[in-house]
Amino acid sequence: MSALDKRRSGDNQPSGVALAGDYWRPDGRPDPLSEKGRIGIGAPLSRVDGVEKVTGGARFAGEFTFEGMVYAALVYSTIANGRILTIDRQEAESMNGVVRVMTHENAPRLNLPPVFLMSPNGAAGDDHPIMQNDRVHWNGQPVALVLAETQEQADAAAERIHVDYQAEPAMTDFELAKTQARQPDNVLGGPAEITIGDADKAFEMAAHRVDAIYRTPRHNHNAIEPHALTLAWVKEDGSEKESERDGETLRIHDASQCVDLAVASLAEVFGIDAARIHITSPFVGGGFGGKTLWQHQILAAAAAKLVGRPVRLALSRKGVYRVVGGRTCTEQRVALGADADGRLKALIHSGVVAMTRHNNLPEPFFQATKCLYAADHIRLSIDVADMHMLANTFMRAPGESVGTFALESALDELAEQLGMDPLELRARNEPEQDPTNGLAFSSRHLLEAARAGAERFGWAKRPIQPGSQREDEWQIGMGCATATYPYMRMPGAAARITLTGEGATVDIAAHEMGMGTATVQTQIAAARLGLPVERIQFRYGDSKLAGRVLAGGSQQTAAIGGAVIAAHRALVIELLALLGENSPLAGLTPDDVECRDGGLCSSVDASRFETYEQILARAGRRELSVETDAADSAELANWSMHSFGTIFCEVGVSDVTAEIRVRRLLGSFDCGRILNAKTAASQFRGGMIMGLGLALMEETLFDPRSGRVMNPSLADYHVPVQMDVPEIDVMWTDIPDPHTPMGAHGIGEIGITGVGAAVANAVYNACGKRVRELPVTLDKLL
Amino acid sequence: MQWTINGQVRKAEVDFRTSLLDLLREQFQLSGTKEGCNQGACGACTVLVDGDRINACLALAVQYQGRSITTVEGLATDTHLHPVQAAFIEHDGFQCGYCTPGQLCSAVGMIGELERDQPSAVTADLSANEIEWNRDELRERMSGNLCRCGAYNGITDAIAASLATEVVR
Amino acid sequence: MKAFDYHQAVDSEQAVAQAVRVSGAEDMAKYLGGGTNLVDLMRETVERPDALIDVTALSHAIDETPEGGLLIGAATTNAELAGDIRVRTRYPMLSRAILTGASAQIRNMATVGGNLLQRTRCAYFYDMATHCNKREPGAGCDAHEGFHRYHAILGTSSSCMATHPSDMAVALAALEARIHLRGPDGDRQLPLTELHREPGERPDIETELRPQELIVAIELPRLPMAARSGYRKVRDRASYAFALVSVASMVALDGGTIQDVRLALGGVGTKPWRAYRAEEALRGQPATEATLVTAVDAELAAAKTLPDNAFKVELARRTMIAELSRRIADARSGGDA
Repeated sequence: MSALDKRRSGDNQPSGVALAGDYWRPDGRPDPLSEKGRIGIGAPLSRVDGVEKVTGGARFAGEFTFEGMVYAALVYSTIANGRILTIDRQEAESMNGVVRVMTHENAPRLNLPPVFLMSPNGAAGDDHPIMQNDRVHWNGQPVALVLAETQEQADAAAERIHVDYQAEPAMTDFELAKTQARQPDNVLGGPAEITIGDADKAFEMAAHRVDAIYRTPRHNHNAIEPHALTLAWVKEDGSEKESERDGETLRIHDASQCVDLAVASLAEVFGIDAARIHITSPFVGGGFGGKTLWQHQILAAAAAKLVGRPVRLALSRKGVYRVVGGRTCTEQRVALGADADGRLKALIHSGVVAMTRHNNLPEPFFQATKCLYAADHIRLSIDVADMHMLANTFMRAPGESVGTFALESALDELAEQLGMDPLELRARNEPEQDPTNGLAFSSRHLLEAARAGAERFGWAKRPIQPGSQREDEWQIGMGCATATYPYMRMPGAAARITLTGEGATVDIAAHEMGMGTATVQTQIAAARLGLPVERIQFRYGDSKLAGRVLAGGSQQTAAIGGAVIAAHRALVIELLALLGENSPLAGLTPDDVECRDGGLCSSVDASRFETYEQILARAGRRELSVETDAADSAELANWSMHSFGTIFCEVGVSDVTAEIRVRRLLGSFDCGRILNAKTAASQFRGGMIMGLGLALMEETLFDPRSGRVMNPSLADYHVPVQMDVPEIDVMWTDIPDPHTPMGAHGIGEIGITGVGAAVANAVYNACGKRVRELPVTLDKLL
Repeated sequence: MQWTINGQVRKAEVDFRTSLLDLLREQFQLSGTKEGCNQGACGACTVLVDGDRINACLALAVQYQGRSITTVEGLATDTHLHPVQAAFIEHDGFQCGYCTPGQLCSAVGMIGELERDQPSAVTADLSANEIEWNRDELRERMSGNLCRCGAYNGITDAIAASLATEVVR
Repeated sequence: MKAFDYHQAVDSEQAVAQAVRVSGAEDMAKYLGGGTNLVDLMRETVERPDALIDVTALSHAIDETPEGGLLIGAATTNAELAGDIRVRTRYPMLSRAILTGASAQIRNMATVGGNLLQRTRCAYFYDMATHCNKREPGAGCDAHEGFHRYHAILGTSSSCMATHPSDMAVALAALEARIHLRGPDGDRQLPLTELHREPGERPDIETELRPQELIVAIELPRLPMAARSGYRKVRDRASYAFALVSVASMVALDGGTIQDVRLALGGVGTKPWRAYRAEEALRGQPATEATLVTAVDAELAAAKTLPDNAFKVELARRTMIAELSRRIADARSGGDA
């Protein structure tokens, strides 16, 4: 070994990247990319799709066209439960430009859609038959679809379709429904009740107690791009076919965060081979859990089949509220019992959420509580209240976003009772290992994040006495709350790497909805392969590409990372197999080499190096392509894996109007290695802004008399505007998790968690008024 | 009917019901301008008409005949991004990119309003002849453009940077 | 949206003539300004006109009147009016009111004539699947036992409690603006405060306008005290939201006495709400907190509330007192509003 090489082996600025191995095993090695100083990892690279997005060149699903395409408009039910007696479609069908009206009377026969978390192929929101019979299951269910030559014609005709209903009793009042609540058979595949010790007894005996009910309303994702798709049943050669549609491929431009799962579901619905459905989704105008499979895609495909023409279906904003589920409402009890030192003796987090009998997402509000605090006795439970409503679904940090509002508000109440700094109370209950499953944490540096955040925010200057600080009419207060979201790496990911002399292409059926996936994964592939980012092409958003990767659960970064690690190894094995005896690398095994400078190099002898171009050229190959499945997510069985953070908030509350202004907001996060400082900061901020919406203004108004959403518009459902949002400070520990690809955790959801409580706690600190029901609007403070 | 769109005279015969937004997107395949709500509540459809920003979704195409319309596709030259476009990339003023065309047109229109010393709701002294911009002014003036991804800080940073370098026109 | 005919008018005479020509027993014409409310309502099928008469080419002029006021062409955009330096210096509450409404894009489109005739944002008015006496007299009101947090507490009736949504009109009510009208039977004027009607039994009839009558101009009288006027809007988010409560106010002092006052409220009335009762209780009284409280309570004594909008009484009370106090302080210091 030369002196130079020896120096390198002890260098903490590595340049070559060895193959990642068994990071998921307790005795495994961390991914080399998780090491400090990796070139390109963490760099604030601007988005690779930036130019397309700022010039209008980025094409979204509703902007593709097919020859002969017709436009669709939907008619929505106005009752919550019952039957369609008659649908008069004569007037509509006689109108100018109208091609056909589809109802349950003439829709093609379809199988039931497989539901997310109920079926392995499930991407659908619920399992109701789709326009197959006269039943109405929620207020807003599509009951007819109009096809016309223009959108204006389709919309005008939809207005003229008259439907008579036989209404039946409907459960549309949560207050009533919750009196008949039941325990669901699972919550995200786990138990609906978790008991450690005897929490109720311990609570009764505790010296200090907080016992309160917290309520959170329904929410809608409100991605600015309304759901839209353009599709055609086409012959394999791409041309449209007039008859014998059985031999066709369903080609869909969709706005999707699950292209592969949607294909699997549609294949079941239409009873065709999944290979004959092709979904692409190169740009998605925001997802947040809402861009999965709902009735509109299925109806559009059925209508296209019915009339033998391609169809564009772009939901109106109102249509999105009628057809795409949102976050359900919750009523949560948090009961905390502590000793005089603030140590939790009892932790109870229970409650009721609204759901339907046709989906499987009891809003899992106790998720955060499972892992956050050490308590001697714990009881967590979720009951569901069945309602006649559009199925609820995942929305950014399902569970944690609303669960942390309750839990972290209660902690604040307990801290005040104890006369203790709320941060200190949390620190005293920092657990050694996961309090409910007993596993060691793979990486938990919450206290470091909290300390660093507190220092930068100036938490020490927090007024102790509520209502004690003011500027003119504004009462000033500070609040904090813990943020957390699990690390996930779902099965099914695979990646293809294609190497040429010019560079590499990484293909994976993943998604870019604004998280920065395309940019970050380009950086990672460049680092892993030892290529400049300009020579990497990352392709995604196409169901024909490798693997099944859901853009959800903040798992995409790790899922892609795991798949690329596996494909990287396969690629290097293939490359080594191509070497002739004359290669300086001859005889080396995969674990003897590193990728650097556009080629392979011995990890101990820098003189043994060859570029990919040289290797391919000598072997007479133009390219080398491998596709490999990711390793099983064994790490999840070995550790309790979560991201953490602390949110700090400063508000002003007007003592005249009770208006609330968020003056400062800081998030200090512990999410493993941060892969791109620029896009990561945006992800954190974006989550925190949605958290401000949750805290202060967001509520889907569900009329308990009719089950109808009464504010299905962006004018009436308030999301934060520029003026609501201060400059948001974000920071991170950047401590890699040794057991994840790149040492990273997904960061798309943690930002929203904790914000609701941080704001409510700050409001309390400002004016002494505790609001336990979101959103915290001024009328609750008057 | 006839419009000047991004400097080019364009003609079409459309339904009176057709919005300026649908004219751009469906008739002229200028899909850069986005539909987010179709009711003037989100700003994704913002375009410039004779330099003023408007919501194309609420505008009937017929009502804007003969007017000069600039869309996101008309901001850059063949060789150079508009400085505000470049600043949006540098400051990460977007995530999914769907509200971005509206944000950009809105920002360019807003800069014009500042140059004409037009006040906003947060202008302390409405009687002042000259209006100074600050971050609050930018935030208030850009509040007609929703961004659900939450790129607001980057958007304000990008516009502030553009204004500070005074090369925005 | 239903198909319609479109006519562009070059002046008000032509507009009225066109409206008369296309209106009949079956057909209805509507004047189209910026379209920011009408086009939206047509998409919702709440409005179903057979013809639109585009009046945006009518006068945008803002002219001085011989009396020292301003005459504003009805096709002036909200942005043009709010940005006019004469308005900003002589009637700042009007600029402020307009600038707190909607977004810059909408203010660039919306005309002042159209702004006055915008319709309520009541969710049930907008949703054809629900009952609304304003859409269909006698159909019932789903808001009374439904969502009514944004609804009015003043000027309501058992048939309707929908709020008039305009900010601009609140300032105009305080400024004693006069509305210039042109109709088939000639020209006339109305005080702004008499343009809109309380709902009573006919919430569908929202104004005193006669068939085909067109707003051609808005006249602001000379009102020196308005130079120290202000408008405060309280809402659920910091911008781009309708008012929960808004207050337009101006005060002239004579020593320690309130010599004159104008006070109008938004977000609480079924029409732009001029607070006459409060004004009466303030005029000639000492400029003290007690006077303000008495006056404000006098105005709100008539408030009728339901569970979700009951907070507006206290909110309006506090906001009015704070705004009047500020105006009094400004008047005392002689500084600008």
